[in-house]
Amino acid sequence: MRERILYGLGAVAAALLVRNIWKLLTGLPDEAFQGAIFRIIFFHVPAAFTSFTCFLCALIAGIAYLKSKNLKWDSFGVSVTEVGLAFGAANLISGMIWARIIWGIWWTWDWRLTSMLICWLLYAGYLVLRRAIEEPTERARLSAVMSILSFSVVPFVFFSIKWFRTQHPQPVLFGDGKMDTGYRVMLYSNWIPLLMFAAILVAVRMMQERRQREIDALRRAAHAF
Amino acid sequence: MRFLRQTLTVAAKDLRSELRTKEALNASLSFALVILLLFSFAFDPTADTTREISGGLLWLVFAFAGALILNRSFARELENDCLDALIASPVPGPALFLGKALANYVLLLGIEVVCLPVFGVFYNVHVAGQPLWLALVLLLASWGVSVVGTLFSALTVNLRLRELMLPMLVYPMLIPCLMAAMQLTTPLLAGQPLQGDLLAWMRMLIGFDIIFTSLALVLIDTVLIG
Repeated sequence: MRERILYGLGAVAAALLVRNIWKLLTGLPDEAFQGAIFRIIFFHVPAAFTSFTCFLCALIAGIAYLKSKNLKWDSFGVSVTEVGLAFGAANLISGMIWARIIWGIWWTWDWRLTSMLICWLLYAGYLVLRRAIEEPTERARLSAVMSILSFSVVPFVFFSIKWFRTQHPQPVLFGDGKMDTGYRVMLYSNWIPLLMFAAILVAVRMMQERRQREIDALRRAAHAF
Repeated sequence: MRFLRQTLTVAAKDLRSELRTKEALNASLSFALVILLLFSFAFDPTADTTREISGGLLWLVFAFAGALILNRSFARELENDCLDALIASPVPGPALFLGKALANYVLLLGIEVVCLPVFGVFYNVHVAGQPLWLALVLLLASWGVSVVGTLFSALTVNLRLRELMLPMLVYPMLIPCLMAAMQLTTPLLAGQPLQGDLLAWMRMLIGFDIIFTSLALVLIDTVLIG
């Protein structure tokens, strides 16, 4: 039943995405200064939103695990972190492609780029830490701590690097960036299917974790026998 | 009051055992000197451009040397199950943590005090242009490094590849602290006073210290005991 829901959700997300891409390519006019490449923003920005939503969920999962000691929260935490990293990578890579066309360089040590990269490295550290711990409850406990610490560094990173000069376009959400309403609607309506895909990936990853736990339990039972 | 005494007892114990064996201190100090030497091959050490990156160089040296000290902090207690004994003792987790952080802090400051004049001589930098401000930056940033580093030293103590995991996890966490320290140290080594934007970095350093000290004190029982 649960898998059926996931298939359904996936189909809806795919349909929405196809519709959005069709509208992007045919309905929306080229941006005046940037031309066609400007359309990358409709994936670049929603990917960033999605990845930060995931990291916020990872923080909640970390706190909830430490409170409840329920391993389900741990599998939720690792799932959202992995998906968040994937969307973070999508954000970084799509930004690099855009920068190559518009700025002429793949990368610049600009605050928005640097802060996103630091954030990505912090959460990659979380996954490396997990692999080094064998025992499930110890792994869950220490990675919950790591998740909480990582999230508390993020505001510092964004806050501090803000004092550097930036050549990144101003943010459209909570920033001074100006955007035509048509574009803005498109941006948010593309966030919905990406968020749905993220939810599906998290759900699938959590099912894997659950099966892993079942296999481990069976193995332990077999050894005890 | 009792908490303070316990903290100081743990710190004194750590410092005493370190000063008697000098295992981490010697390794860390010679490592710092080797890095200082290696930097001189990376660029012309006497050029004016070196002054512009002096703060960054100095803090890289401190961060590398600090990792060696922090690695030993909890690993030292593994022999003869000393860590279990410490956890089982009536000393609460936060006092144990603060004591260890304090001992690491003193050792790190010691290394910094030795490295600073050496750096000044080798790289032709006048290190005592703004002694009070520089001391304040060193005190604040080293505390940030010690607190975060000690917490991760506790977190990684039972892991495989502990020596590898600690720097890998700690350096990204320390980026705000090291960044602020580098931004502040460079003008101070050039003899300029702190003003304007630089004071914002100072505030950030203080904020980092406060937030991570409190977070570490809240989380340390979870890390040590579970």
